[in-house]
Amino acid sequence: MNKKKLLSGPYLLWASAFIIIPLAMVVYYGLTNTEGHLTFENLLAIGTVENFKALCLSLLLSLISTIICLLLAYPLALMLTNMNVSQHGFIVLIFILPMWMNFLLRTLAWQTLLEKNGIINQILGFFHLPAVQLINTPYAIVLGMVYNFLPFMVLPLYNVLSKIDKDVISAARDLGATEVYTFRKIIFPLSLPGVMSGIIMVFVPALTTFVISDLLGGSKILLIGNVIEQKFKQGSNWHVGSGLSLVLMVFILISMVVTTKYDKDGEGGMF
Amino acid sequence: MKPTLVDLIHISKGFDGQLVLDDLNLSIHENEFLTLLGPSGCGKTTTLRILGGFESPDSGQVIFDGKDITNLPPNKRNLNTVFQKYALFSHMSVEENIAFGLKISGKSDAYIRDKIKYALKLVNLEGYENRLPDSLSGGQQQRIAIARAIVNEPRLLLLDEPLGALDLKLRQDMQYELIRLKNELGITFIYVTHDQEEALTMSDTIVVMNQGYIQQMGSPEDIYNEPQNAFVADFIGESNIIEGIMLQDRLVEILGAKFPCVDVGFGHNKPVDVVIRPEDVDLVEPELGTIQGVVSHLIFKGVHYEMEVQANGFEWLVHSTDMFPVGKEVGIHVDPFDIQIMNKPESEDEEAIGVNE
Repeated sequence: MNKKKLLSGPYLLWASAFIIIPLAMVVYYGLTNTEGHLTFENLLAIGTVENFKALCLSLLLSLISTIICLLLAYPLALMLTNMNVSQHGFIVLIFILPMWMNFLLRTLAWQTLLEKNGIINQILGFFHLPAVQLINTPYAIVLGMVYNFLPFMVLPLYNVLSKIDKDVISAARDLGATEVYTFRKIIFPLSLPGVMSGIIMVFVPALTTFVISDLLGGSKILLIGNVIEQKFKQGSNWHVGSGLSLVLMVFILISMVVTTKYDKDGEGGMF
Repeated sequence: MKPTLVDLIHISKGFDGQLVLDDLNLSIHENEFLTLLGPSGCGKTTTLRILGGFESPDSGQVIFDGKDITNLPPNKRNLNTVFQKYALFSHMSVEENIAFGLKISGKSDAYIRDKIKYALKLVNLEGYENRLPDSLSGGQQQRIAIARAIVNEPRLLLLDEPLGALDLKLRQDMQYELIRLKNELGITFIYVTHDQEEALTMSDTIVVMNQGYIQQMGSPEDIYNEPQNAFVADFIGESNIIEGIMLQDRLVEILGAKFPCVDVGFGHNKPVDVVIRPEDVDLVEPELGTIQGVVSHLIFKGVHYEMEVQANGFEWLVHSTDMFPVGKEVGIHVDPFDIQIMNKPESEDEEAIGVNE
C-alpha cells in the first residue's frame, strides 16, 4: 500500500463503521425474520395497501416538489449567471442564508406559520377572510420540501450554467439564432448535467424525508419515510422497517442510474 | 480602390467609466484582409465585438453595406465571427455544428449536406462529420469553427485572435490557410491579433491601435518601414529608437554623430525620434563606421545573430548573419534610406493619439 492510499485510511475506517456496516445490517434485517431465517416477506410488505399508498404518495409529492424546484431554480440560476460577481454575491447569500439555520428549526417555523391559529390565518382573520386549512395537507408537505431543498437545485444549475463559455452563446447568436433558439439548442442541452444532479439532490431527500411530513403533514398523511420510521420506533420491527428501506433504496438507485446517464461530466452525480 | 463595405463612424465605448474606444473612425473595403493590431487593452477586441453586435457603442454608428446596423442584434447581421477559443457546440457533432447557421436560415437538407462537404474540404477535414469537437485537436477545432462561419457565406468574417491558442508551427500553417481561404471565398476578413508577425504575414491593411486610438493604418510594408511614431516602431518588430536632432534636410545628429538620411521638411535643429531597425544596422571595421562601439552581447537566433553594441552611451540592437564576438570593437554604419525620422509627441495625449503633424 503506498502513502497516498494510507491517507485515505481514516475515512475508510469511518465509512466502514458508519456506512458499510449499518448498510449490511439493514440488508441482514431486511432479508430475515425474527427467528433469523431468510425471507422475502419484509420486502413484500410494500405490497400492503397502506404501505403502497405511502410509497406512491411519496413518489408523487417528491416528483411535484422536484419539478417546482426546477422551475424556480432554473430562471434564478440563469439570472445569476448573467450578472457580474459583485451583483450576484448578495443574491447567492440570500439563498444560502437559510441553509445556515437548522433544518428542523426552519420546518418548525413553517409549522407555526401554517397552523390553524398560525400567523397566516391570523393575518387572513385580520382582514375578515375565512381561515384556510394549510397544515396537515399535501400542499404543506410540498411547500416544506421545496423550501428546504431548493438550494440543492440552484447550486448545481448555477455551477453548470456559469461554466458555459459566453463565446459559445455569442457564437450561436452570431450564426443567426434568436435568444429563444439559443436557449433551446445550446444553453439548455449544455446545462443538462446540472439539471440531472439538481433532480437527484432534491428528489432523493424528498423521497425519504419523514421529518417534513411529520411536522407539516401531521399524523394524517403518511409518506414512506414515516412508515419506515414507525416500524423502527413504534413497532420496534426492524425487519419490516429494513425491508421497506431496501425497496426504497431500489427506487433511489433507479433514479440515480437514469439521471447519471445524462451527467457524464460528473457535475454532482454519484457514479 | 474597392468599394467600402463597413464604416465605423465616431465610435466611442467605455466600460465602468474607462474609455476603451475614443472617437474611432475606420473604413473597411470589400475583399480586404484588415488586421486590428495592438497590445491587450488597446480596444481591438471591443471594436470587433461592436462589429459583431455583441457590444453596442456609447456613441457613433456602424454602417454595413450602406445600412446603419448599430442597433441590430448579432443574429440579424450578415457577418460571422470566429472566436478565440473556437466556441464550438460541444454537445453537437462537427456536422451539426457546421449546419447550425444553415438550418436557422431554412436551407434544404440537400443544400446543407453539400455545404458541409464543401466546407470540410475547404478546411482539409473531410471525413470528420460525425466526430465530437472535444475529440479534435486545437487546430482542427479552429478549422471547424472557421468552416461553421463561412458556410453561411457572410459578407464579412470577424476573427478574434483565432490562432492564439495554437502552437507556433500550426499557427504558421493556419496563416497560409487563412490567406488561401480569403482569396478563394472573396470574403472580407477583419482579424484581431496582438501578434505583429501574424499581422504582417496575412494582412492587406494593418490598423495599429493603442489606448483606444488608431496609431497608424497602412500596408504591412508601410507600417514596418515607415512607422509614424515611436509606439508603432516599438510594437512592430524590434527597433532602436534614439533621440536625435534634425540638423537640416537629409541630415540628422544621433548620439553626437551626423548621419545622412532621406527625410526632409522637419526644419532646422528640431528634436526628433529616430528609428533604425536592428537588421539595418551594419557592423563594419571601426574606421569605416560613423560611430564606434564594443559588442556587449551575442545570441544565436537561428537565422541570424542578435548582438548588442555599446556605442556613444546607447545600446544598439543589431541583427546580422555575420558574427562579431563579445568585446570586439566595431564601427556602426546605417544607410540613409534605413533611417526613419519621427516627430516627438509634445504631450502624453498626443502620444496616445499618435498625432504627428
